[in-house]
Amino acid sequence: MANHFVVPALVAVTLVTVAIGFYGLKLARTTSDFLVASRAVSPTWNAAAIGGEYLSAASFLGIAGLILKYGVDVLWYPVGFAAGYLALLLFVAAPLRRSGAFTLPDFCELRLGSRRLRKLATGFVVFIGWLYLVPQLQGAGLTLTTVTGAPYELGALVVGVVVTANVALGGMRAVTFVQAFQYWLKLTALAVPAIFLILHWQADGRPAVTPPDGPTFRTATTVVVEQAATLTLADGAVIEVRPGDSLSFDAGDPVPAVAGLPGPDGLDWLLPDTAGDDDRGLFATYSLILATFLGTMGLPHVLVRFYTNPDGGAARRTTLVVLAMVGAFYLLPTLYGVLGRIYTPQLLVTGQTDAVVVLLPGAALGDGTLSRLLSALVAAGAFAAFLSTSSGLLTSVAGVISTDVLGRGSVRGFRLATLLAGLVPVLLAFNLRDLDVSQVVGLAFAVAASSFCPLLVLGIWWRGLTDLGAAAGILVGGGAAVGAVLLTVLGPALHGWPATLTAQPAAWTVPLAFTVMVLVSVASRHRAPADVGATMLRLHAPEALRLHVK
Amino acid sequence: MADPTDRPVRPAVPAARRTRVVLADATRSRTGPGRTRSELAEQTRVGDALVRGLVRAQLALALRLSLVVLIGLGGLPLLFAVAPAVGRARLLGVPLPWLLLGVVAFPFLVAVGWAYVHLAERNEQDFTDLVERPER
Repeated sequence: MANHFVVPALVAVTLVTVAIGFYGLKLARTTSDFLVASRAVSPTWNAAAIGGEYLSAASFLGIAGLILKYGVDVLWYPVGFAAGYLALLLFVAAPLRRSGAFTLPDFCELRLGSRRLRKLATGFVVFIGWLYLVPQLQGAGLTLTTVTGAPYELGALVVGVVVTANVALGGMRAVTFVQAFQYWLKLTALAVPAIFLILHWQADGRPAVTPPDGPTFRTATTVVVEQAATLTLADGAVIEVRPGDSLSFDAGDPVPAVAGLPGPDGLDWLLPDTAGDDDRGLFATYSLILATFLGTMGLPHVLVRFYTNPDGGAARRTTLVVLAMVGAFYLLPTLYGVLGRIYTPQLLVTGQTDAVVVLLPGAALGDGTLSRLLSALVAAGAFAAFLSTSSGLLTSVAGVISTDVLGRGSVRGFRLATLLAGLVPVLLAFNLRDLDVSQVVGLAFAVAASSFCPLLVLGIWWRGLTDLGAAAGILVGGGAAVGAVLLTVLGPALHGWPATLTAQPAAWTVPLAFTVMVLVSVASRHRAPADVGATMLRLHAPEALRLHVK
Repeated sequence: MADPTDRPVRPAVPAARRTRVVLADATRSRTGPGRTRSELAEQTRVGDALVRGLVRAQLALALRLSLVVLIGLGGLPLLFAVAPAVGRARLLGVPLPWLLLGVVAFPFLVAVGWAYVHLAERNEQDFTDLVERPER
């Protein structure tokens, strides 16, 4: 399907992003200029900027793809991604802003006064940042492949290069206005086509999402398989397909069942896990809930944005607006996943379910100017998602690498760090194309929830935390989560409980991190910083008292 | 969670504060808002107790609201697992789990967040009033 609106739309989004970035850079040349400028920003703008940076490829493409594939049980992804902001609001937002910490390593040093803990935190920031960057590039490769037919590697490389160059040259140095623009673009890019899709579905006679005989192809379709799978055809024959295999179906043919996915009757897809037959599903669900609820506060690019609030009270109000904006956005991907079940069932066979958002307008609305325009709009929104999130992540990762690893605060150092920080995820994205975008992001959340969440929560609310305890908790809990991630991504295929425990590790690594952090802190209580009382006052005293020293 | 550090107890009113004494103001300056404020800043026992009280109140609020979410949202997978009939129920033609997780969860989270902002600001207002009120 050649759509001559798509490429201009992608180019336009990229150019506008770069242009606004450079315009902002002209206005604010130094870091302090930037901070002063952005502190004049209202909570609504600031919240849109946080939302714009947060809504990544996983949110824009991944959730709909997972819903198409697995159904109701993965609705916890959008709920958790939004609820993460509630946990951030309840436990972290205002005190963190009052602490004056700009990054997580800063917080370590401010609260516990330990340089070594700072280095450890830096390592985790870099790991989480890279892990989170990979799915962004994967999504970019996938989108370009889907809409233009270019090879996957080219798409990942193009976005990687654009973002790295842009960040290295300073174009996207966390300019609030760019990110706010990206939020509204992403919301529009999903909401407008969604209206047309619903109208079309109504006019189509409201076809059932889960027909009793299983999903069928609505038009004659030729499917080119992208991932090896075992298919069960309608006549009961079982065939193995490999990437590159081509299968043809007529209109009205049933969609073959794919091994490992919910079956053709749609009941597994439609209904939540039940107890008794298999408790692993329930464990994985709770693990996912824990990772997403508690992981958001530990993401490097989220915390940096909080510094742009003028004070703790504003940080709280901003977080509430973010929660509302992100929540409003997450109503939409579900719709795409559900309608994708009707109009793009072939994605279940090809394995490229993450492409559902980009393909759905064209598949449902047919071949016309309207459907092409809508497809171009969706593709532009997806591109905005990769650009904004990867720029935010890369800026954070490069920032800590240049200050804490290379040890020079110069612009040259930052540029070198950006190249280094951008290269690794591009190489990883080349090798990890078959993983679901949202699942990799889920793993990044699990690592953040098992390392920085206990550090922040205990650091803010418990006087007894020591540097030794914090380091032990991060090493044991975060280390276990990192191990689980590496095993899932690079290790051999596991089955049964080991697979569940490593694919969704948060349910055991988060409690482990908290426990170790508390126990080691109690055992080393003589190391608690002497100025903890003053720190607590600074973190919690309301601004109205004007006790804060600027 | 006892505080393990032994902090030297400093004099309740530091000497520097007492140099500028005007007879007519003497009683107010010793007991008025300035004193509680300096007790906070100087980390006296009184000031320390005040901050502990605030931290405890804010933590209790955050934990109470987390419990609301834990039960309201976190209970759902368990509910669907042990009572499959709930998972099969339909409301307005939409299966209940889809409606709850796909739509209702988001306004629920925002409502809890709004309540927290409101109550946390009230806690801080109470604290500010306590510090700034004249003591007699």
